[in-house]
Amino acid sequence: MTNTNHLIKDTKADRVFKVFLYIFIFLAVAIVVYPLVYIISASISSPQSVNSGAMWFFPKDITWEGYGVILKYKDIWRGYGMTIFYTVTGTLVSLILTIPCAYAISRPDFSGKKWFTSFMLVTMFLNGGLIPTYLLIRNMGMIDTVWAIILPGAASVYNIVVTRSFFQSSVPWEMQEAAKIDGASDFQIFFKIVLPLSAPIIAVMALFYGVGIWNSYFSALVYLQNKALYPLQMVLRQILVLQDMQQGAATGANVTASAAQAAYDKATLAAIIKYGVMIVSSLPVIIVYPFLQRFFVKGVLIGSLKG
Amino acid sequence: MAAATATVSAPKQKKTREPLFSKRRLKQNWQLYILILPAFLSFLIFSYIPMYGILIAFKDYVPTLGIWGSPWVGFKYFKQFFDSYYFWDLIRNTIGIQVYGLIVGFPLPIILALALNEMKDGFWKKFAQTVTYAPNFISIVVMGGMLIAFLDPSTGIINHALGFFGVKPIAFMSDPKWFKTVYVLSGVWQGTGWGSVIYLAALAGVDPSLHEAAIVDGASRVQRIWHINLPAIVPTMVILLIMNVGSLFSMGYEKILLLQNPLNMSSSNVIATFVYSQGLINGQYSYAAAVGLFNAAINAVLLISVNAIARRVSENSLW
Repeated sequence: MTNTNHLIKDTKADRVFKVFLYIFIFLAVAIVVYPLVYIISASISSPQSVNSGAMWFFPKDITWEGYGVILKYKDIWRGYGMTIFYTVTGTLVSLILTIPCAYAISRPDFSGKKWFTSFMLVTMFLNGGLIPTYLLIRNMGMIDTVWAIILPGAASVYNIVVTRSFFQSSVPWEMQEAAKIDGASDFQIFFKIVLPLSAPIIAVMALFYGVGIWNSYFSALVYLQNKALYPLQMVLRQILVLQDMQQGAATGANVTASAAQAAYDKATLAAIIKYGVMIVSSLPVIIVYPFLQRFFVKGVLIGSLKG
Repeated sequence: MAAATATVSAPKQKKTREPLFSKRRLKQNWQLYILILPAFLSFLIFSYIPMYGILIAFKDYVPTLGIWGSPWVGFKYFKQFFDSYYFWDLIRNTIGIQVYGLIVGFPLPIILALALNEMKDGFWKKFAQTVTYAPNFISIVVMGGMLIAFLDPSTGIINHALGFFGVKPIAFMSDPKWFKTVYVLSGVWQGTGWGSVIYLAALAGVDPSLHEAAIVDGASRVQRIWHINLPAIVPTMVILLIMNVGSLFSMGYEKILLLQNPLNMSSSNVIATFVYSQGLINGQYSYAAAVGLFNAAINAVLLISVNAIARRVSENSLW
């Protein structure tokens, strides 16, 4: 609530408050921005000046070597390709599961509405957990297939409920009822009347599911052993997270000289590319985010209407 | 009015407990049933069949015998878990990390939302929102990589900065003492902005005339925030608090798994990561499933009791 009442002047206390307010907001923004700026600067600075702490804000000893190595790093680009594939197909599958189902349970005259909603909600509180789910996927022969990444988490109860709230609040039921009286079938109502009015919710859901799939690594960690199928996040994990441990293990334990050298080479490679890799992997999300931010926010807001 | 209700209730009386899947109902709505079919199958297969798989927690699961064919062992694996020397460590770590995260992480989005709400609409407000929401969209793998890079004792920027002030390098990632702080504060960095969205929505619903009246009565901004804005978001706070406390035992462990290493294990091993390593790394399916079931049971009890308390204390509850 901004102070729009100009008839009454700000008191002194209010002016002091304003100063503190802007200092607080500035600090919050700075805390968020600094690490991001640091990553960008570090990605084009020489590893020496980054590691020594000489580079702390603006790039120093600018070099594009890191990005050069990344460009030639096959695993990263294969991972990129796989992630794009998982994101596109996964989002499509999720939308096909979410939108029609959410529409059906938004219909006040649908006889299956109640039991199906409880059928879904139960899974939010009760579920098999990690191990039984893993065994199921294994028994279905989906280990080391793309289906293990795409199918198991494709329908999210939360997202279905959010979408249902959208249909209930934004697509007037009277209009659908009128079409029904005119003899339209449920399919016709859904495809010809409701879907054309649902662009905002489809966008929101595509974003929620898409970003989720783009950023996830866990299902790949659990279900994939074949590195050719690894999504980008798994490749990143090897570069950013595991490298560090290997290095620690190599220096800690008594290892042969060649193994230590190999580990050392890997560590220097990681030092050159790690910041660039963070940028490259987040690029699609970074690019779309400022334009689509309001859609993300809208998604949260629709969800909070009827939690 | 009376006539209207009479006509509405007339067909209701006719409805003599029709079975859930009567021919008439299916015929009337069959196209809607087709629309829910894909989602129905998805939940049936990936959520309900694994529920049946929980049986292995009470069995000695042998893959070749299948879930039903494996021999029953009753509560053997639960007992094994309760009697293990790491039982209390796991519980302590699980609760410790979550409670720490709740105490530090819960108030911050509220404070940020109240502050953002005081800003004049315009470029800077938009800018502050866009920036503070952004970390939410960074993947946890990148987040883990950032932490490992920034907190490195010899090359990390944090230790360089500490060195500038004469503080000796701290091994944040390998010192168990620091693990929980690293985990919680990085979560705060990532989640505070996005967490404020829902409070901002509640604040947008505050009636402006309340503020106008308060201004006329000479209330300062701080007083208006305290007496008008804060009460307006209390229901949202209660709901979120219930959900947070209710999910104390269902923490997202994907980030912990990334930050975990043998050196900080004594502080970073929680029930969920234990289930992962026992089950999927060591192949102890039955044992891991039993531990997971125990975790889920605590979780359910917690959620139900917190909700009951919230309902008694205030009017806000999940159900």
